[in-house]
Amino acid sequence: MADRKIPFIGAPETNPETKPFFDGTAAGKFLIRRCTACKKAHWYPRSLCPFCFGDCAWEEASGDGTIYSVSVMKRAETPYAIAYVQLAEGPSMLTNIFTDNLDALKIGQKVKVKLVPAEGGPPLPVFTPA
Amino acid sequence: MSLKGKAYIMGAWEHPTRKATDKSVALLHAECAKGALEDAGLTKNDVDGYFCAGDAPGALGPLSMVDYLNLKCRHVDSTDVGGSSYQVAVGHALEAIAAGRCSVALITLAGRPRSEGMATGTAPRAGNPTAPDMQFEYPYGPTVVNQYAMCAARHMYEYGTTSEQLAWIKVAASHHAQHNPHAMLRDVVTVEDVVNSPMVASPLHRLDCCVISDGGGALVVTSPEVAKSLKRPKVKVIGVGESPKHQMGGEVDLTYTAARWSGPPAWEMAGIKPSDIKYASIYDSFTITVLMQLEDLGFAEKGQGGKFVMDGNLISGVGKLPFNTDGGGLCSNHPANRGGITKIIEAVRQLRGEANPAVQVKNCDLALAHGTGGSLGTRHCGSTVILERE
Repeated sequence: MADRKIPFIGAPETNPETKPFFDGTAAGKFLIRRCTACKKAHWYPRSLCPFCFGDCAWEEASGDGTIYSVSVMKRAETPYAIAYVQLAEGPSMLTNIFTDNLDALKIGQKVKVKLVPAEGGPPLPVFTPA
Repeated sequence: MSLKGKAYIMGAWEHPTRKATDKSVALLHAECAKGALEDAGLTKNDVDGYFCAGDAPGALGPLSMVDYLNLKCRHVDSTDVGGSSYQVAVGHALEAIAAGRCSVALITLAGRPRSEGMATGTAPRAGNPTAPDMQFEYPYGPTVVNQYAMCAARHMYEYGTTSEQLAWIKVAASHHAQHNPHAMLRDVVTVEDVVNSPMVASPLHRLDCCVISDGGGALVVTSPEVAKSLKRPKVKVIGVGESPKHQMGGEVDLTYTAARWSGPPAWEMAGIKPSDIKYASIYDSFTITVLMQLEDLGFAEKGQGGKFVMDGNLISGVGKLPFNTDGGGLCSNHPANRGGITKIIEAVRQLRGEANPAVQVKNCDLALAHGTGGSLGTRHCGSTVILERE
């Protein structure tokens, strides 16, 4: 399947808090944030830990995950799968699953990150069946 | 100090329109305000508190509307939590009235997404670029439908809920809507009709989704003293609760809604339990919304909502819990893409004995109206109001 154009208007706007994430995808890395105090990883990336307000550091994620839930948007010009993927590091993130067989996607299925080009901006993390 | 019974809903009015090509949003708000005040037996000059949410035109909360309506207020509130804002407004009006900050609170909702041709559920919407979540979500094409669909998919996975069970919710709403001359969809549908309708975002079908309609509604909430002076049946506010739920730093759990948190304080204030409720208005943006809220409010055990809604259990005169007897958002009206106020209005009709005779619940003395605003799939607010006929 040809990779679907990711349906957003323009590139995601970065700000000083999130720029390192998009610099990371541009360099081929999928970064997440982990708290230096409570050691928990979270999503989406924040500088202050959403669990304890501790300071967070960036780390490269394994890219491994499991589909927590998935829905195939049928009423779209090109159907696509939106999903929550639970990362091996713990948190779940909203994303897309890229596959030739959207209807075969299942909750509990193992997936792997893929950084895909986004129109006019840095690559974005999506997932493909592992 | 308990706030139980410190305020009454004395005016309630739903705009009959479902398509308002020839009206402004401000005018729709004004017509709703006029209708609710006339229903209460009050005038605009009696209003000293005004409550609205994000559907009110103008950039600064309530300011444009209090100007347009020419209200002299000593209290305003424009808390915007989407479709649940109006249950929240009833709670905030109760608090304000009990604190002596106003005595006649006007709440309005109106909008015209249908006339504006808005693809409410299926078009990815550009959010506010300052929202911190936007850059990590919007690129992936979240729509209203596919976000709720992920909740349905997970509920099915964990509890074995089926599309047929979800369909029963639409079937019940359609049984009620046939008696509502203003409802957009008045044809009675079957479980087969629902599950055979086109898939929009798996596992939700077209008939699992609410209507897109223009219109609005308004409520007048008053102090006990003002209520005593009026001729309409008195509907006492005996329980309120509100709570947002979100992604919890990535600890996402799509199997329950904020009703799990907004319900308990409302039940506690009211001093009653779910089995005491004779009629329930349950927010019905989608069938799955209803099913999950019924569980989270305690009408059914978690995971058993599918069994609870089957076989007409939500149909007035047939089942144990008559719900959305106006046809709800699924069949009648979802003005401004916000169904909160119409939920309260139908609960008031039931408690007054003024629902359509074909769906009027006998001896209806206790009712609940629950709202959900935002998206169950990402971040939303739940708000619960429990009402008693005095």
